[in-house]
Amino acid sequence: MTFQMFLQQLINGVSLGSLYGLIAIGYTMVYGILRLINFAHGDVLMVGCYFAFYALLIFSLPWYASFLVAILLTALLGIAIDRGAYLPVRKAPRISALITAIGVSFLLENLALVIFGGRPKAFYRPPIFGKVIEWGDLHFLTLSLWIPAITFILIIFLLLIVYRTRTGMAMRAIARDMETVRLMGVDVNRITSITFALGSALAAAGGIMWALKFPQIDPYMGIVPGLKAFVAAVLGGIGNVIGAALGGFLLGLLEIMLVALMPSLGGYKDAFAFLILIGILLFRPIGIMGEKLPD
Amino acid sequence: MTLFSAEHLAMIFGGLTAVDDFSLEIKGGDLIGLIGPNGAGKTTVFNMITGNLKPTQGKIFFQGEEITGLKPNAITRRGIARTFQNIRLFQDLPVIENVMISYHGRLHSSFIGAVLQTPLYNREEKEMRDGAMALLQRVRLTDFANERAGVLSYGQQRRLEIARALATNPKLLLLDEPAAGMNPQETQELMDFILKIKEGFKLTVLLIEHDMRVVMGICQWIKVLDYGAAIAEGTPKEIQNNPQVIAAYLGEAGGKGTA
Amino acid sequence: MGVDFLMNKPRDRILTGLSIIGLFTFLYWAKGNASEYQIRLLNNCAIFITLAVSYNLINGICGQFSLEPNAFVAIGAYTSSLLTISPAEKQVSFIIEPLIWPLSVISLPFWLSLLAAGVVTAFLAFLMGFPVFRVRGDYLAIVTLGFGEVVRVVANNLQNITNGPLGLKGLVPHTNLWWSFGFMIFTLFFIWRLTKSSFGRAMKAIREDEVAAEAMGIRSFRYKMMAFTVSGFFEGIAGGLLAHLITTISPALFTFFLTFNLLIIIVVGGLGSITGSVISSVLFVFGSEALRAVEEPFSIGSLQIPGIPGMRMVIFAIILIIVMIFARQGIMGRGEFSWQRLMDGLRRAEGRLRNSR
Repeated sequence: MTFQMFLQQLINGVSLGSLYGLIAIGYTMVYGILRLINFAHGDVLMVGCYFAFYALLIFSLPWYASFLVAILLTALLGIAIDRGAYLPVRKAPRISALITAIGVSFLLENLALVIFGGRPKAFYRPPIFGKVIEWGDLHFLTLSLWIPAITFILIIFLLLIVYRTRTGMAMRAIARDMETVRLMGVDVNRITSITFALGSALAAAGGIMWALKFPQIDPYMGIVPGLKAFVAAVLGGIGNVIGAALGGFLLGLLEIMLVALMPSLGGYKDAFAFLILIGILLFRPIGIMGEKLPD
Repeated sequence: MTLFSAEHLAMIFGGLTAVDDFSLEIKGGDLIGLIGPNGAGKTTVFNMITGNLKPTQGKIFFQGEEITGLKPNAITRRGIARTFQNIRLFQDLPVIENVMISYHGRLHSSFIGAVLQTPLYNREEKEMRDGAMALLQRVRLTDFANERAGVLSYGQQRRLEIARALATNPKLLLLDEPAAGMNPQETQELMDFILKIKEGFKLTVLLIEHDMRVVMGICQWIKVLDYGAAIAEGTPKEIQNNPQVIAAYLGEAGGKGTA
Repeated sequence: MGVDFLMNKPRDRILTGLSIIGLFTFLYWAKGNASEYQIRLLNNCAIFITLAVSYNLINGICGQFSLEPNAFVAIGAYTSSLLTISPAEKQVSFIIEPLIWPLSVISLPFWLSLLAAGVVTAFLAFLMGFPVFRVRGDYLAIVTLGFGEVVRVVANNLQNITNGPLGLKGLVPHTNLWWSFGFMIFTLFFIWRLTKSSFGRAMKAIREDEVAAEAMGIRSFRYKMMAFTVSGFFEGIAGGLLAHLITTISPALFTFFLTFNLLIIIVVGGLGSITGSVISSVLFVFGSEALRAVEEPFSIGSLQIPGIPGMRMVIFAIILIIVMIFARQGIMGRGEFSWQRLMDGLRRAEGRLRNSR
């Protein structure tokens, strides 16, 4: 493979990795405070895309406004799911919460199917993202540069919240010991909802960028990216935000490299992430940034 | 005859040293108490012995064999049983089945045998049931044999915990705060009970307790922990008069009953 | 409870035996008199009961939350099908890449292919158990879910074994009421006996408190493996039965959708109750059919209400969430059927009727 091709794939990998990272952060934050794998996270991403789609279509807002509105609405959706479905089972055994999460996931998918229809819809790609850059043999969209850039900004923003605000401190404290934090008078439910809001907003951002990259949306689009993002979160060390971002990048790069180096195995790329998952769990369950053992 | 020895055990979590240089030798037939203020590291020591925690340093020997770092079920099968401080019964299973579970390490029939209900399986099942019933009799819980363990009162649950530990056929029994939450009468009954089963089952006992009545009443030898380190060791009389021990306990408003 | 309530007393044995005879008499009548549609429903019922009861073993009885069924059913279906389809049919189907030898020339009898399906699936479950049971709780779910994905992807890509997305067709519809209900009875018997035995007890102890179970000498890994492998065995054979019922299989058939349906079934029936799974499966199969009405257009008076395709699954998802929030224990909780309880219930009902006169 020539250096040019390598660079090309690198750019693709970084793009894809950024998206996995953004989505992974939502998983890792929720798992950190609730010890719950939010099965519905990938589907929240999907709903975010549909919000954006209809904001553009029905309200004819300029694209940046539509996307912003969609992200805000998705954040609200995250809060709604937390309050409506997960809060009632907070005290129940963990399996109950998991099953509920699966139920929510399924509900979102099928509601989307019923309301929006199963046929994929074309997603608008604003011209600013669609310009093709040529550099020697390299061809890529400006989008491929925007994605990592925006992801980077969003992650910095999130890290500021998590590490520099009182809310973020509460989030980190709850991740260590929810009961004590509750006893200290902190409104744990409020912080949890905020966590869901942030995670869902990031997922929506990731989803919209995904839809810009692969300009088609359908009710099941969130499943595979969601699962892979979860693997990324585990890879990076579940509960650790930076780990999730790193895990995402790593997974995206590895996936692209797999396809580039062994094109005949390309059809297996979706299975690849799970093989990595099994590998991590076998050999280094605490992941790269290794904070807590999956218990 | 040295039945058990722990040598220079240490448990370090991240930056926190929970247990530091703990050593203990137990001879067959001993009844030893492990005491100390809350957070001194007593349950951590238990968890290291039973395999729930892998010691950061040190070794543990039982009946001449090193057992450091073995998994809990392996340690139990070698003859060390324990009860839990916060009672971990199988709530949804009947009382008698809670005890029968402890026999499983010693069963021989296969699962095909279980499905087909072969003579071997049926025989083992009957032996298990009879053995469990006998133990329930010792702890006066036979009336509740088929009730869910969850419906028992606190005191009854404690007795069941001991019964199922006994069912594993141990040589060394670790009791984690067996008198917690008991009134004076129950405590006295517990003390008599421990002495009786020790005699009847030929046990060696190591117990953690905060209730000084129990500790001073039945233990032959006491080891005192404070902040993870052993600060004193001796007979009840020696410990009672040890100024360091008194200071450690006065430092926290703990210790039930008069010494 | 520890005492076996279906086969202990001689009276119970007779009652159970009579029920089975009754069932088969009904099936005999159905074979001659029921419509094809009704027979298909009955077959579905039997297969779903088999699947639900098997799935409940690892999830409900042993308490290990796994999402494996679609993977195991797929493996069983493909194994069984590849072994029964005639070489001629195989040649016709595998148009992109020919099927590998010796599968290309084999054509085994149905029962043997089912046995193979069970063994192969159980073996894969066994292999999977090693990485899978190193982790607990939520991770187990994702790993088994991932395995389902891997199976689907592999089935889609292994042209020379599975025929890729095109799938396998031309299966002889061997599965009839005798096969499906016969196997269902066997599954119920096996899993019932296993659950009531000391092994089932150990699995339940692991479910209740694994740390305590280990402290009592139980090698939890062994029992989890046992539950998982047994589940795999029965789910695999059910897959074979399913394949020979619908006569065409493809990777698209074995998505998470199947697992989700089974999950609803065992949760609503009561995680850990075999009886619950049976009742719930029947409700599910017939309920799905009934709810089909929601997806077709229908009219109330002069109002034409258009059908909403996909609404069925929305309703099921809502049911699942509601059950989890308000009635976590499902229909049966952890209780099981027993002739004694039925008698007591009937006697009580009779008493009430008499008193009210």
